[in-house]
Amino acid sequence: MLGSDLVMYEEEFKKIDGELQRLLQQANAKVVFLVDKNGQLIAATGETENLDTTSLASLTAGNIAATGGMAKLLGEKEFSILFHEGVRDNIHISIIGQRVILVVIFDQRSSLGLVRLRVKKSAEIFGGIFNQLLQKVETEKGPGKGAESPFAEITDEDIDKLFG
Amino acid sequence: MSFINYSSREINCKIVFYGPGLCGKTTNLQWIYKKTNPDSKGKMISLATETERTLFFDFLPLALGEIRGFKTRFHLYTVPGQVFYDASRKLILKGVDGVVFVADSQIERMEANIESIENLRLNLAEQGYNMDIVPLIIQYNKRDLPNVVPVDDMRRALNPRHLPDFDAVASEGTGVFDTLKAIAKLVIMQLKKG
Repeated sequence: MLGSDLVMYEEEFKKIDGELQRLLQQANAKVVFLVDKNGQLIAATGETENLDTTSLASLTAGNIAATGGMAKLLGEKEFSILFHEGVRDNIHISIIGQRVILVVIFDQRSSLGLVRLRVKKSAEIFGGIFNQLLQKVETEKGPGKGAESPFAEITDEDIDKLFG
Repeated sequence: MSFINYSSREINCKIVFYGPGLCGKTTNLQWIYKKTNPDSKGKMISLATETERTLFFDFLPLALGEIRGFKTRFHLYTVPGQVFYDASRKLILKGVDGVVFVADSQIERMEANIESIENLRLNLAEQGYNMDIVPLIIQYNKRDLPNVVPVDDMRRALNPRHLPDFDAVASEGTGVFDTLKAIAKLVIMQLKKG
């Protein structure tokens, strides 16, 4: 049995994006993004033009997974916050609701204390949005809803086209 | 576990290349990277040791085009094949949508192949997956070497369920895209089932 897919809808995406932007401003950060624990980038905001966010997302998830493995060996449930300090930029990584990872990249215009404070507040809001999202996904899965899936009609031809 | 984003109309799927040490998992990804249009691929990331053995994983994001109006992205990962990196292998299987098992065709590596596919079954189970249900493709790599096991024998040992399988010489690209296409197809068909 495969785990349930992560699904994102317009309404929740807008809420998430709005909260990310608010956090970016309030924490005085450079970049803020959300990653699924499996390494899929959910949303990003800030100075992302020259940043490889896809790779960052994958490495962040790898980092959290490795740290989670270490936690287990020590009998801890998880290490919910990671912090990496650089010469110019710093990365603050935290787990939200055991499923999503919030990443804040900041420089000397902000501080670890400010970031931690703002992240804590935003985490509650993100937690609420993701709970709402999960409920919605469950409802959509109800009887008679399956036919609405855009993938129900996929043909072999559609897939062959992907490879030109 | 794929990520379906109705807001940006994107589907992201995770495919893991599994197999014993030095079987050619990274070589598969390198060939795909080399032969893919620059617009369709992201950077390939390899977390490797100084001697270029995979330490944690290789990662290659691929954008394949649209399906029913959804941009389709595949995130390809390899695991470290060496036996003692088992903890890392487990982590990389989290949230996987499809697996390519790369077998080394050399006679002296058959035992390692069998050990690795058994390890795959165990590690999938630990993440809550049943190997008999997860989309899986088998690749018999290094077919160009002189000391290879006949494909029928490899099939009997590694593919008793008659899953789609391919002969390959990953270093020259033979069979690499056939394998990728086959696993992509299985994964997308899984999406169809919902």
